[in-house]
Amino acid sequence: MTDKKTIYLDNSATTQVHPEIKDTILPYLEDLYGNPSSIHAKGQEVKKTIDNARKQVADLIGAKETEIIFTGSGTEANNLALKGIASKNKNKGNHIITTRIEHKSILNSARWLETEGFKVTYLNVDENGTVDINQLKEEIRPETILVSVMFANNEMGTIQPIKEIGEFLKGKGIYFHTDAVQAAGKIKINLKELNIDLLTLSGHKIHGPKGIGALYIRKGTEIDPMIHGGGQEKNIRSGTENVPGIVGLGKAAEIANKNLESNIEHLTNLGKKLEKGIFKEIPDLILNGHPDNRIPGNVNISFKYVEGESIMLMLDCEGICVSTGSACTSKSLKPSYVLDAMGKEIVFMHGSIRFSIGTFNTEEEIDTVIKTLPTIIKKLRALSPIYNKD
Amino acid sequence: MYSEKVMENFKHPKNQGEIKDADGIGEVGNPVCGDIMKITIKVKDDKIEDIKFKTFGCAAAIATSSMITELAKGKTLEEAKNITRKDVSDSLDGLPPIKEHCSNLASEGLNKAIDDYKMKKKE
Ligand code: FES
Repeated sequence: MTDKKTIYLDNSATTQVHPEIKDTILPYLEDLYGNPSSIHAKGQEVKKTIDNARKQVADLIGAKETEIIFTGSGTEANNLALKGIASKNKNKGNHIITTRIEHKSILNSARWLETEGFKVTYLNVDENGTVDINQLKEEIRPETILVSVMFANNEMGTIQPIKEIGEFLKGKGIYFHTDAVQAAGKIKINLKELNIDLLTLSGHKIHGPKGIGALYIRKGTEIDPMIHGGGQEKNIRSGTENVPGIVGLGKAAEIANKNLESNIEHLTNLGKKLEKGIFKEIPDLILNGHPDNRIPGNVNISFKYVEGESIMLMLDCEGICVSTGSACTSKSLKPSYVLDAMGKEIVFMHGSIRFSIGTFNTEEEIDTVIKTLPTIIKKLRALSPIYNKD
Repeated sequence: MYSEKVMENFKHPKNQGEIKDADGIGEVGNPVCGDIMKITIKVKDDKIEDIKFKTFGCAAAIATSSMITELAKGKTLEEAKNITRKDVSDSLDGLPPIKEHCSNLASEGLNKAIDDYKMKKKE
C-alpha cells in the first residue's frame, strides 16, 4: 500500500493541512509561547496574533471580529450554541427545532437537552436531503427559542435553504444557528446577507489544524458559557487560548477566503468529472443528495447489490480513501441516519460511498478512481447473492 | 482493523459462486446489519464434495464465508455441522469484536444448506 500514492477523497472527514499553515504555526510552538492574558511583553506579542486570527475568521463569513469565539472543535461550538442558548433562554421557552440529518454533535446535544426538560422537533428532509421549510413554519410555537439547521450536510452535501429560513425567522425573537462546518470554504457565506445569529466553523475541515473551531455569535445574542474558568473569549469559553490552533485556523480562513472562487470552480469541475465518469462506466447506481444543489466536490453514490465497507476496503487497497454510509461500518451497525431520513431503501444505503474532493486533489487522481472502480464493483457484484445479471 | 488473514480471504476469496444443481442450499440474512449470504453444497457419500458461497456484506462477512467453505470442503456432514463460528474466526486470526456477528452468518448458512440437503433426501 505504501508504494502507491494515496488518493485522498475523504475531505469531508478531514483535510490535509495547508503547507503555508505549518510555517505560520511553527513560531508559536517555539519563541512565541506567551500566554495572551499576560500583560507583559511575552503575552502581548501573542495577543495581537489572536486578534488578527479573529479578523481572518470573521472575514471568511462576513462577520465582525468581536463576534468570533474560538472553541476546541466544531463539536464544541455546536454544543455551546445549543446548550448555551437553551440555558440562557429557558425562561422564554423550552422548544428547539433542528433536523434529522444534523451532525451528531447537534443531535446528541439536542437529545441531552430533552432529558433536561426541553422539547425538540427534528425536521424531516425530502429524498434529496433538503429540509422541509413548510414543516419548519408549522412547528414554530410561542415557546420556540432556537432553530438549528446545518448549512450543508456532511454525507450527501445537500445545501439547505438557510437564507429562506433566516428570512422567515426574522423578527420572531427566535435564535437561528447553523452548522457551517462542511460549507465553509466551499460556498460563499456572507452574514451581512443572511439572518443568522450563530454559526459553527471547524479548522481541520478547511485545511487547518485539528482541535480548533469557532462559533460566530451575533452581537446581542443571549448565551451562557458551557466552560467556566478564567473568563477568556469574552467569558463565553474559558481556558488558556490554543494559540497555535487559533493562528492556524486564522490562516486557513484567510487562504479559504482568498481562493474561494477558484476553489469552488476546482471542486465543481472535479466533482462533475468524477460523477460523470462513474455513471458512464458502471450500471445500477443512484446518486444520493440533491442533483445540483450540493457542496461542490461531494459525490455520494449507492452501488446497488454490493456493500459499502467492501467497496471502501478494496479502494483502500488501491490507495484510494473514501467513506461509506453502510451499516457494517457504523458502531451501532445501523445504516446512515442521513440516508435513512431521505427514505433510501436499506440495500441502497448499504452500498453508499462518499467521495469528498478537496483543494489538493487533481484531475489525474479522478481519472485513476474512474479507472479503478469498475473492476472492484464487478468483482463484488459477482460475489453478491442479490445480483443476478450474469 | 482486520487481521492479515481476513484481508487475504476478503481480497482473494475461495469457492465463490453458486453450484448449479446443488444438493443443498442455505440462504441466510443477517438481522444485525442486513447482509445476505447463500451457500450451495454438493454431497457425495455423506461428504461435502463441493461448496460455494455468495455474500452481500462486509469484508468480515466475505472472509468468514470463504473460510467456512474451505473448512467444510471434504468433511462429512456431521463434521461440517460441528464447525463453530469460533473455528472460523480462529482460522482468520480473530475478528474485531463488532464483527463477531458476521461469522454467525457463515455457520448458519452452512447449517441451513446441510439441513436443506437432508430434507430433500427424505422426500
Ligand atoms: S456483514 Fe454487516 S457488519 Fe459484517
